[in-house]
Amino acid sequence: MTDVQSNRPADQDEDQDTVWVQEVAFIDSVPRWMAMSFVFVVFVGTWQLVTSLGLVSPIILPTPLETLEDMIFVGKNLLTGGYMLGALWITIKEVIYGFALAIAIGFSLGVLVGETTFGEKAVMPYLVAIDTMPKVAFAPLFVAWLGFGIESKVALAAFIATFPIVVGTAAGLHSADENARMLFKTMGASRMQTLIKMKLPTGLPQIFTGLKIGAVGVMAGAITGEFLGGGRGFGELIRVAASQLNTPRVFSLILYLSLVGLALYALVTWTQRKVVFWHKERVGAYDA
Amino acid sequence: MNAAQTMDYAGAPLGAPVYELNNVSKTYARNLVVALQDVSLTLRKGSFTSVIGSSGCGKSTLLKIMAGLIPPTRGRVVLQGRPVTGPRRDIGMMFQQATLFPWKTAVENIVLPIEIRDGKAAAKKALEKAHDLMDVVGLKGFENVYPNELSGGMAQRTSICRMLITEPAVLLLDEPFSALDELSRDMMNMELQRICREQEATAFLVTHSIQEAVILSDDIVVMKPRPGRIAEIVKVDLPRPRTLHMMTTPEFGEIVDYIRGLLDKGENM
Ligand SMILES: Nc1ncnc2c1ncn2[C@@H]1O[C@H](COP(=O)(O)OP(=O)(O)OP(=O)(O)O)[C@@H](O)[C@H]1O
Ligand SMILES: [Mg+2]
Repeated sequence: MTDVQSNRPADQDEDQDTVWVQEVAFIDSVPRWMAMSFVFVVFVGTWQLVTSLGLVSPIILPTPLETLEDMIFVGKNLLTGGYMLGALWITIKEVIYGFALAIAIGFSLGVLVGETTFGEKAVMPYLVAIDTMPKVAFAPLFVAWLGFGIESKVALAAFIATFPIVVGTAAGLHSADENARMLFKTMGASRMQTLIKMKLPTGLPQIFTGLKIGAVGVMAGAITGEFLGGGRGFGELIRVAASQLNTPRVFSLILYLSLVGLALYALVTWTQRKVVFWHKERVGAYDA
Repeated sequence: MNAAQTMDYAGAPLGAPVYELNNVSKTYARNLVVALQDVSLTLRKGSFTSVIGSSGCGKSTLLKIMAGLIPPTRGRVVLQGRPVTGPRRDIGMMFQQATLFPWKTAVENIVLPIEIRDGKAAAKKALEKAHDLMDVVGLKGFENVYPNELSGGMAQRTSICRMLITEPAVLLLDEPFSALDELSRDMMNMELQRICREQEATAFLVTHSIQEAVILSDDIVVMKPRPGRIAEIVKVDLPRPRTLHMMTTPEFGEIVDYIRGLLDKGENM
């Protein structure tokens, strides 16, 4: 009982003296790797079938093999430090700067809205109003203000990712219950202490939910920014390949890009597990 | 804090008045509910007082006013010679829920009041005392366990320790064990009695259980609803220390019946 550290992650009881017969449908009892491989094979098989039967023009949909060949080509270019690596790096920078900016602004606004009556009354309505606008439509404005460099993409990426973080933070701060508030009051805690020692830790699960939604948005923002504002990032490579009707290239570039998104998402999830160790989240489809 | 005055009271003999309520009334501004009307009460040092009354008769409101969490509309609350105008160090409180924080271990939860008041260093110094307290309530070995691995009873014991760590002069308890099963509840009550005797603490308990009130208390404040006021203060003359056996004695039964009668009358008003 004293060795909690090693105790915590082990969820299941080891000793199983009595054998339980639990009714689990066959489809739910398949191991994860097997289930995932199965879906993968079905997906690629259908894809192969559709393309090799000539149901779809190769310009619209390349075969899986063509896509794989192109992925190898792109992979080599990336590994040998070719021009694609430079483009990928630009996009990664946009994503990282955009996310960092979104976290800083989103968290600050979230605390303002979630902690102060002023923020809730006077700031939140405006945030909701802006949030309902199609944010991508601001892209040309950002280009006009910040130019064709990475700044305009960072701005759009951050702009899209900020709102879920604001909402997550504000909701998190509201999630502390009446008993906890009363307890802190009886201990004579200041407002700052209550915020830092109670409300923020209580709200961390929601804050991380906001961060995860933001992480997805930041990718979309960066790539949209590149489509609409040029530059030399990965989105530009996709746009050029598409304009040349080089569909296998478009496919393989998107797949590589999704790896970046996945890595960012995994980073947030990993941080959440480390920080919010007490909160066991139901593992959703996203949390690999 | 006026040190000299506190010293005076710390050294005051058992039986000297510690808590004095004078015509305390409370009307909630939001809905104009008269939750309390002219409640006057004196708690003596080392005494155990329970409040009993139907739901909504203002018990929690009374406790919150005594704790300095909400202001009374009229009247005066004086604790150890000083009016209560906000949360105070010499008041310890416990609620129906244990309200432990899951990111802190049991012992870290216990020293939280010290951390809030005197900072991290002081909290660290108080760890030893926290261990002793956990020992007293039978939680030895669970110091570094996180709350989600504690049972309901263990969690409430932890919150007792958290209340006691600051050595409050009075304990305000709002149905602290009502979420527990009867067996653990009886045990916790006996433990509470022992702790109060050892620390010479003055206790004020809100409860819904007549038995619980009788077995623990010197005085039982019976309240009537709408508006909440005191119907009668019943003295319990059972000898101390109380034991669970006393619940089967005729004297015990008599007092329980008498209080039940008072409560029934209150209902019909
Ligand atoms: N914050 C509040 N605002 C407005 N009215 C309140 C508030 N808290 C309590 N009341 C009202 O005051 C009255 C007394 O409430 P209180 O919580 O003190 O009752 P109680 O005796 O503790 O009841 P219970 O046994 O159910 O806990 C009730 O009618 C309740 O509706
Ligand atoms: Mg109550």
